[in-house]
Amino acid sequence: MAVLVIAEHDHKSFKDATLNTVTAAKALSKDVEILVLGNNAKAVAEACAKIEGIKTVHHSDNKMFEHHLAENVAPVIEEIASNYTHILAPATTFGKNIMPRVAAKKDVMQISDIIEVIDEATFKRLIYAGNAIATVKSSDALKILTVRATAFKAASHTGGSAKIASLKTTHKASSKVSFVKQALSKSDRPELTSAKIIVSGGRGVQSKENFDLIEKLADKLGAAVGASRAAVDAGFIPNDSQVGQTGKIVAPNLYIAIGISGAIQHLAGMKDSKVIVAINNDEDAPIFQVADYGLVGDLFDIVPKMIETL
Amino acid sequence: MKVLIPIKRVLDYNIKARVKSDHSGIDLDNVKMSMNPFDEIAVEEAVKLKEAGKVSEIILMTVGPKKAIETLRTGLAMGADRAIHYVSDANLEPLTIAKLIQKTADKESPDFIIMGKQAIDNDCNQTGQMTAALLDWPQATFASEITLKDKSAEVTREIDGGLETIKINFPAIITTDLRLNVPRYATLPNIMKAKQKPVEEILEADFGVELSSKLKILKVEEPTERSNGIMVKSLDELMDKLKNEAQVI
Repeated sequence: MAVLVIAEHDHKSFKDATLNTVTAAKALSKDVEILVLGNNAKAVAEACAKIEGIKTVHHSDNKMFEHHLAENVAPVIEEIASNYTHILAPATTFGKNIMPRVAAKKDVMQISDIIEVIDEATFKRLIYAGNAIATVKSSDALKILTVRATAFKAASHTGGSAKIASLKTTHKASSKVSFVKQALSKSDRPELTSAKIIVSGGRGVQSKENFDLIEKLADKLGAAVGASRAAVDAGFIPNDSQVGQTGKIVAPNLYIAIGISGAIQHLAGMKDSKVIVAINNDEDAPIFQVADYGLVGDLFDIVPKMIETL
Repeated sequence: MKVLIPIKRVLDYNIKARVKSDHSGIDLDNVKMSMNPFDEIAVEEAVKLKEAGKVSEIILMTVGPKKAIETLRTGLAMGADRAIHYVSDANLEPLTIAKLIQKTADKESPDFIIMGKQAIDNDCNQTGQMTAALLDWPQATFASEITLKDKSAEVTREIDGGLETIKINFPAIITTDLRLNVPRYATLPNIMKAKQKPVEEILEADFGVELSSKLKILKVEEPTERSNGIMVKSLDELMDKLKNEAQVI
């Protein structure tokens, strides 16, 4: 039997995390299929069909899928679930919102946020803010998984030639929930979860105005901008920039932590970065324990000079 | 309006988890345990709504060992009215907890359930969504703002791209994110008062749900530590290292 990946997308293109999820799926079976539930999302289905090694893309267009409301999406996944051994989605707010609903309806214990596939029933996942790795084995016939994108390489988005199958659904939109509005952060910078370089600011940056400095450095480096919880709570920067246990999990080639003390909850979100740089005026800050290069000093002195030298 | 809040007793968020030497789990002997921080946010939100006259009764529930009564008392001291304690030493998984919440909801008929989006021990982020599915209720996960309406709520959710607002009709489930509120500390008089508030104990034999686990933990281990980094003395040295040694810029 095949395994199914739920594509995350904005009806125009799929999100990068879909590619990492495909890689996890390929570790389970040669027979990987993708489900695209969207509203006028034919382009997404076509792009998914080109992902290397995909056999079939199931595509259903319906207005009720426009905002990916779990109440409208989950029943469709439930309906086709019996065709699969495993169903996977990225462990993003999209996947986290929908998949447990599917799991509960199928009486399956979901395995959240996996970082490794050991065999078809055994997986590794992080617990306690990444301070421990649990190896877990599922006894369910159907496995429902969410996948930590940074733990798996992205599958190639070219080279595939899957057939696109149109999926008919008889489900109606739920009358119990409706979309009101969305305020998405607009930015020309790379997406945080797939950026090669991230410049992150914390409480030490002190104000929203000062955060410009972090953004300027990021722009010089072509980097994404991240933040600690303290910086987001203080209103320096919107919530979607938060890196950490309960925010975004990132693993760029270079992570520059500026004015971030390094609470375990923050470290949980970035300690798999390839190279970590910490700039902080407190030499005892825990961030230095995970940093490859630490520089003790005043960020307001160091960062402007750094921008100049780049 | 009546609110049900499932809460969990977990290792205090300030304490670093230590893996047991036999790799069977995390060492929880003689360490500080507290209410899961996201659940505290849920309790705070309900208490605020009660103070605003919009909520009439707040019921807490937990599933956990005898000692979890302390966590319930904390919630009662914050302002909840009564509590239900499913007493169990077993390490029950989210799906089982969801079934117990479903049973409790069937009995208590709350207008809405509010709970943490995830517990900071197993980091699963699924119990609320599972409960919503079992009850066939709508869900608003990762809430950062809640506006109660008549028999419904508008909830702003923290999503990867920013914020999203949805309207859910009651009965419904809301799971809390960090920025919904800042939980209060219980005052001493309220802590004393909480001792008099009713707590119903339910023993495993009366749970009425299957307690066996579908997910078996084979091993718990520590992640590999990052190799020791170095402290550089100047910005010049840092830039040199990044360019020539790490070759990342």
